[in-house]
Amino acid sequence: MAELEAGTTTGARRARPLSPHLQVYKMMLTFVMSGFHRVTGMVLYFGILLIAWWLIAAASGPNAYAFFEWCMSTLIGQLVLFGYTWALLHHTLGGVRHLIWDTIHGFEPAEREMLALATIVGSVSLTLVVWVIGYLAMGGPR
Amino acid sequence: MKQPQMRTPMRRVRGLGAGHSGTGEFWHQRVTSVAGIPLTFALFVIVISLLGRSHAAVVQILGSPLIAIIMLLFIVNMAYHMWIGMQEIIIDYVHEDKLKLVSLMANTFFAFAVAFASAFAILKLSFGV
Repeated sequence: MAELEAGTTTGARRARPLSPHLQVYKMMLTFVMSGFHRVTGMVLYFGILLIAWWLIAAASGPNAYAFFEWCMSTLIGQLVLFGYTWALLHHTLGGVRHLIWDTIHGFEPAEREMLALATIVGSVSLTLVVWVIGYLAMGGPR
Repeated sequence: MKQPQMRTPMRRVRGLGAGHSGTGEFWHQRVTSVAGIPLTFALFVIVISLLGRSHAAVVQILGSPLIAIIMLLFIVNMAYHMWIGMQEIIIDYVHEDKLKLVSLMANTFFAFAVAFASAFAILKLSFGV
Protein backbone atom coordinates (compact mmCIF):
# COMPACT_ATOMS: atom_id res chain seq x y z
CA MET A 1 0.00 0.00 0.00
CA ALA A 2 2.73 2.41 0.99
CA GLU A 3 4.60 1.39 -2.10
CA LEU A 4 1.51 2.10 -4.24
CA GLU A 5 1.09 5.60 -2.78
CA ALA A 6 4.73 6.34 -3.25
CA GLY A 7 4.38 5.12 -6.80
CA THR A 8 1.53 7.52 -7.56
CA THR A 9 3.26 10.54 -6.05
CA THR A 10 6.39 10.02 -8.09
CA GLY A 11 4.30 10.40 -11.23
CA ALA A 12 2.43 13.37 -12.56
CA ARG A 13 1.34 14.88 -9.21
CA ARG A 14 4.69 16.14 -8.06
CA ALA A 15 5.25 19.79 -8.94
CA ARG A 16 7.44 19.90 -11.96
CA PRO A 17 10.42 22.23 -12.10
CA LEU A 18 9.83 25.29 -14.26
CA SER A 19 12.42 26.86 -16.46
CA PRO A 20 13.13 30.50 -15.61
CA HIS A 21 10.99 32.97 -17.50
CA LEU A 22 11.67 36.38 -19.09
CA GLN A 23 12.03 38.41 -15.88
CA VAL A 24 15.12 36.59 -14.60
CA TYR A 25 17.24 37.58 -17.57
CA LYS A 26 19.35 40.69 -17.75
CA MET A 27 18.09 43.25 -20.24
CA MET A 28 20.46 42.91 -23.17
CA LEU A 29 20.22 44.37 -26.65
CA THR A 30 19.83 40.93 -28.25
CA PHE A 31 17.01 40.15 -25.80
CA VAL A 32 15.24 43.45 -26.55
CA MET A 33 15.63 43.01 -30.31
CA SER A 34 14.18 39.51 -30.05
CA GLY A 35 11.12 41.03 -28.36
CA PHE A 36 10.95 43.83 -30.93
CA HIS A 37 10.88 41.26 -33.72
CA ARG A 38 7.79 39.58 -32.30
CA VAL A 39 6.08 42.86 -31.37
CA THR A 40 6.70 44.42 -34.81
CA GLY A 41 5.40 41.19 -36.34
CA MET A 42 2.15 41.61 -34.40
CA VAL A 43 1.93 45.29 -35.36
CA LEU A 44 2.39 44.40 -39.03
CA TYR A 45 -0.27 41.68 -38.72
CA PHE A 46 -2.86 44.40 -38.12
CA GLY A 47 -0.93 47.03 -40.06
CA ILE A 48 -1.52 45.19 -43.32
CA LEU A 49 -5.09 46.50 -42.99
CA LEU A 50 -3.62 49.87 -44.08
CA ILE A 51 -2.43 48.28 -47.33
CA ALA A 52 -5.78 46.52 -47.78
CA TRP A 53 -7.67 49.76 -47.07
CA TRP A 54 -5.45 51.66 -49.53
CA LEU A 55 -6.05 49.09 -52.32
CA ILE A 56 -9.79 48.80 -51.64
CA ALA A 57 -10.15 52.60 -51.50
CA ALA A 58 -8.34 52.96 -54.84
CA ALA A 59 -10.59 50.27 -56.34
CA SER A 60 -13.75 51.83 -54.87
CA GLY A 61 -13.41 55.26 -56.46
CA PRO A 62 -12.21 58.85 -56.07
CA ASN A 63 -14.27 59.60 -52.92
CA ALA A 64 -13.08 56.55 -51.00
CA TYR A 65 -9.51 57.28 -52.10
CA ALA A 66 -9.77 60.95 -51.08
CA PHE A 67 -11.05 59.87 -47.65
CA PHE A 68 -8.12 57.46 -47.26
CA GLU A 69 -5.67 60.20 -48.29
CA TRP A 70 -7.27 62.63 -45.84
CA CYS A 71 -7.06 60.12 -42.95
CA MET A 72 -3.38 59.49 -43.70
CA SER A 73 -2.63 63.22 -43.89
CA THR A 74 -3.83 63.89 -40.33
CA LEU A 75 -1.31 63.90 -37.50
CA ILE A 76 -2.56 60.54 -36.22
CA GLY A 77 -2.49 59.12 -39.74
CA GLN A 78 1.08 60.31 -40.23
CA LEU A 79 2.15 58.80 -36.91
CA VAL A 80 0.49 55.48 -37.80
CA LEU A 81 2.21 55.49 -41.20
CA PHE A 82 5.56 56.38 -39.65
CA GLY A 83 5.16 53.58 -37.10
CA TYR A 84 4.14 51.14 -39.83
CA THR A 85 7.19 52.10 -41.91
CA TRP A 86 9.51 51.54 -38.97
CA ALA A 87 7.84 48.25 -37.95
CA LEU A 88 8.06 46.93 -41.52
CA LEU A 89 11.74 47.89 -41.89
CA HIS A 90 12.64 46.65 -38.40
CA HIS A 91 10.91 43.31 -38.92
CA THR A 92 12.57 42.96 -42.34
CA LEU A 93 16.05 43.62 -40.93
CA GLY A 94 15.32 41.39 -37.91
CA GLY A 95 14.25 38.72 -40.39
CA VAL A 96 17.55 39.04 -42.26
CA ARG A 97 19.32 38.59 -38.91
CA HIS A 98 17.32 35.40 -38.29
CA LEU A 99 18.12 34.14 -41.79
CA ILE A 100 21.83 34.72 -41.09
CA TRP A 101 21.46 32.72 -37.86
CA ASP A 102 19.69 29.96 -39.82
CA THR A 103 22.98 29.44 -41.68
CA ILE A 104 24.70 28.89 -38.27
CA HIS A 105 26.66 32.15 -38.57
CA GLY A 106 26.76 35.19 -36.31
CA PHE A 107 26.42 33.50 -32.91
CA GLU A 108 29.67 34.75 -31.36
CA PRO A 109 29.08 37.34 -28.58
CA ALA A 110 30.50 40.26 -30.57
CA GLU A 111 28.63 39.18 -33.74
CA ARG A 112 25.29 38.88 -31.89
CA GLU A 113 25.69 42.33 -30.40
CA MET A 114 26.71 43.78 -33.76
CA LEU A 115 23.69 42.21 -35.50
CA ALA A 116 21.30 43.44 -32.80
CA LEU A 117 22.74 46.95 -33.00
CA ALA A 118 22.64 46.88 -36.82
CA THR A 119 18.95 45.90 -36.68
CA ILE A 120 17.83 48.89 -34.59
CA VAL A 121 20.25 51.47 -36.07
CA GLY A 122 19.44 50.24 -39.58
CA SER A 123 15.67 50.28 -39.11
CA VAL A 124 15.62 53.79 -37.61
CA SER A 125 17.92 55.27 -40.25
CA LEU A 126 16.16 53.53 -43.14
CA THR A 127 12.80 54.79 -41.85
CA LEU A 128 14.13 58.34 -41.87
CA VAL A 129 15.62 57.85 -45.35
CA VAL A 130 12.31 56.49 -46.69
CA TRP A 131 10.39 59.44 -45.20
CA VAL A 132 12.83 62.01 -46.56
CA ILE A 133 12.54 60.42 -50.04
CA GLY A 134 8.75 60.35 -49.67
CA TYR A 135 8.73 63.97 -48.56
CA LEU A 136 10.84 65.00 -51.55
CA ALA A 137 8.62 62.91 -53.87
CA MET A 138 5.62 64.88 -52.60
CA GLY A 139 7.33 68.03 -53.87
CA GLY A 140 9.67 68.86 -51.03
CA PRO A 141 9.28 71.87 -48.76
CA ARG A 142 6.30 74.00 -49.79
CA MET B 1 9.31 -9.02 -6.52
CA LYS B 2 8.88 -5.83 -8.52
CA GLN B 3 8.97 -6.15 -12.28
CA PRO B 4 11.54 -3.93 -13.94
CA GLN B 5 9.89 -0.96 -15.66
CA MET B 6 10.30 -1.40 -19.39
CA ARG B 7 8.04 1.43 -20.50
CA THR B 8 9.66 4.66 -21.54
CA PRO B 9 8.11 8.15 -21.46
CA MET B 10 7.75 7.81 -25.23
CA ARG B 11 4.73 5.59 -24.61
CA ARG B 12 2.88 8.45 -22.95
CA VAL B 13 3.99 10.94 -25.56
CA ARG B 14 2.68 8.74 -28.35
CA GLY B 15 -0.80 8.96 -26.86
CA LEU B 16 -1.02 12.63 -27.79
CA GLY B 17 0.97 12.33 -30.93
CA ALA B 18 2.73 14.88 -33.01
CA GLY B 19 1.13 17.58 -35.13
CA HIS B 20 1.99 15.57 -38.25
CA SER B 21 3.12 18.61 -40.16
CA GLY B 22 6.71 18.43 -38.98
CA THR B 23 8.86 21.37 -39.93
CA GLY B 24 6.69 22.40 -42.86
CA GLU B 25 5.58 25.71 -41.38
CA PHE B 26 9.09 26.49 -40.13
CA TRP B 27 10.35 26.13 -43.68
CA HIS B 28 7.44 28.07 -45.22
CA GLN B 29 8.13 30.93 -42.79
CA ARG B 30 11.71 31.06 -44.13
CA VAL B 31 10.58 30.91 -47.75
CA THR B 32 8.04 33.73 -47.27
CA SER B 33 10.58 35.81 -45.32
CA VAL B 34 13.14 35.57 -48.14
CA ALA B 35 10.46 36.44 -50.70
CA GLY B 36 9.34 39.29 -48.44
CA ILE B 37 12.65 41.17 -48.71
CA PRO B 38 12.42 42.20 -52.40
CA LEU B 39 8.62 42.50 -52.17
CA THR B 40 8.90 44.94 -49.23
CA PHE B 41 11.48 46.97 -51.13
CA ALA B 42 9.12 47.02 -54.14
CA LEU B 43 6.21 48.15 -51.94
CA PHE B 44 8.23 51.16 -50.75
CA VAL B 45 9.14 52.08 -54.33
CA ILE B 46 5.51 51.74 -55.48
CA VAL B 47 4.02 53.70 -52.56
CA ILE B 48 6.59 56.52 -52.81
CA SER B 49 6.10 56.81 -56.58
CA LEU B 50 2.32 57.10 -56.05
CA LEU B 51 2.51 59.78 -53.34
CA GLY B 52 0.54 62.89 -54.24
CA ARG B 53 -0.81 61.52 -57.54
CA SER B 54 -4.45 61.82 -58.52
CA HIS B 55 -6.86 58.91 -58.05
CA ALA B 56 -6.99 58.28 -61.80
CA ALA B 57 -3.19 58.05 -62.03
CA VAL B 58 -3.03 55.75 -58.97
CA VAL B 59 -5.67 53.43 -60.49
CA GLN B 60 -3.81 53.31 -63.79
CA ILE B 61 -0.43 52.56 -62.19
CA LEU B 62 -1.69 50.06 -59.59
CA GLY B 63 -3.68 48.29 -62.29
CA SER B 64 -0.78 47.98 -64.72
CA PRO B 65 0.34 44.34 -65.07
CA LEU B 66 3.80 44.54 -63.46
CA ILE B 67 2.69 46.59 -60.44
CA ALA B 68 -0.49 44.52 -59.97
CA ILE B 69 1.52 41.28 -60.05
CA ILE B 70 4.02 42.62 -57.49
CA MET B 71 1.21 43.79 -55.21
CA LEU B 72 -0.58 40.43 -55.50
CA LEU B 73 2.64 38.59 -54.64
CA PHE B 74 3.21 40.95 -51.70
CA ILE B 75 -0.28 40.44 -50.29
CA VAL B 76 -0.37 36.65 -50.70
CA ASN B 77 3.18 36.22 -49.38
CA MET B 78 2.56 38.44 -46.35
CA ALA B 79 -0.85 36.93 -45.57
CA TYR B 80 0.70 33.46 -45.38
CA HIS B 81 3.76 34.72 -43.46
CA MET B 82 1.65 36.54 -40.87
CA TRP B 83 -0.75 33.58 -40.59
CA ILE B 84 2.15 31.29 -39.58
CA GLY B 85 3.64 33.94 -37.28
CA MET B 86 0.40 34.65 -35.44
CA GLN B 87 -0.28 30.92 -35.09
CA GLU B 88 3.13 30.58 -33.43
CA ILE B 89 2.34 33.44 -31.05
CA ILE B 90 -1.08 31.96 -30.16
CA ILE B 91 0.45 28.54 -29.49
CA ASP B 92 3.09 30.18 -27.27
CA TYR B 93 0.78 32.30 -25.12
CA VAL B 94 -2.79 30.95 -25.26
CA HIS B 95 -3.03 27.82 -23.15
CA GLU B 96 -6.76 27.58 -22.56
CA ASP B 97 -8.10 25.04 -25.07
CA LYS B 98 -11.28 26.76 -26.25
CA LEU B 99 -9.68 30.19 -26.47
CA LYS B 100 -6.78 28.67 -28.36
CA LEU B 101 -9.07 27.03 -30.91
CA VAL B 102 -11.08 30.24 -31.37
CA SER B 103 -7.87 32.29 -31.74
CA LEU B 104 -6.37 29.89 -34.27
CA MET B 105 -9.60 29.96 -36.27
CA ALA B 106 -9.86 33.76 -36.09
CA ASN B 107 -6.25 33.97 -37.30
CA THR B 108 -7.12 31.91 -40.37
CA PHE B 109 -10.26 33.97 -41.08
CA PHE B 110 -8.29 37.23 -40.75
CA ALA B 111 -5.43 36.14 -43.01
CA PHE B 112 -7.81 34.85 -45.69
CA ALA B 113 -10.04 37.95 -45.49
CA VAL B 114 -7.09 40.34 -45.87
CA ALA B 115 -5.60 38.32 -48.74
CA PHE B 116 -8.85 37.92 -50.69
CA ALA B 117 -10.11 41.47 -50.12
CA SER B 118 -6.78 42.97 -51.23
CA ALA B 119 -6.45 40.57 -54.16
CA PHE B 120 -9.98 41.47 -55.29
CA ALA B 121 -9.13 45.17 -55.12
CA ILE B 122 -5.95 44.67 -57.18
CA LEU B 123 -7.75 42.58 -59.78
CA LYS B 124 -10.55 45.15 -60.00
CA LEU B 125 -7.95 47.88 -60.56
CA SER B 126 -6.49 45.76 -63.36
CA PHE B 127 -9.62 44.48 -65.11
CA GLY B 128 -12.54 46.24 -63.54
CA VAL B 129 -14.71 49.16 -64.48
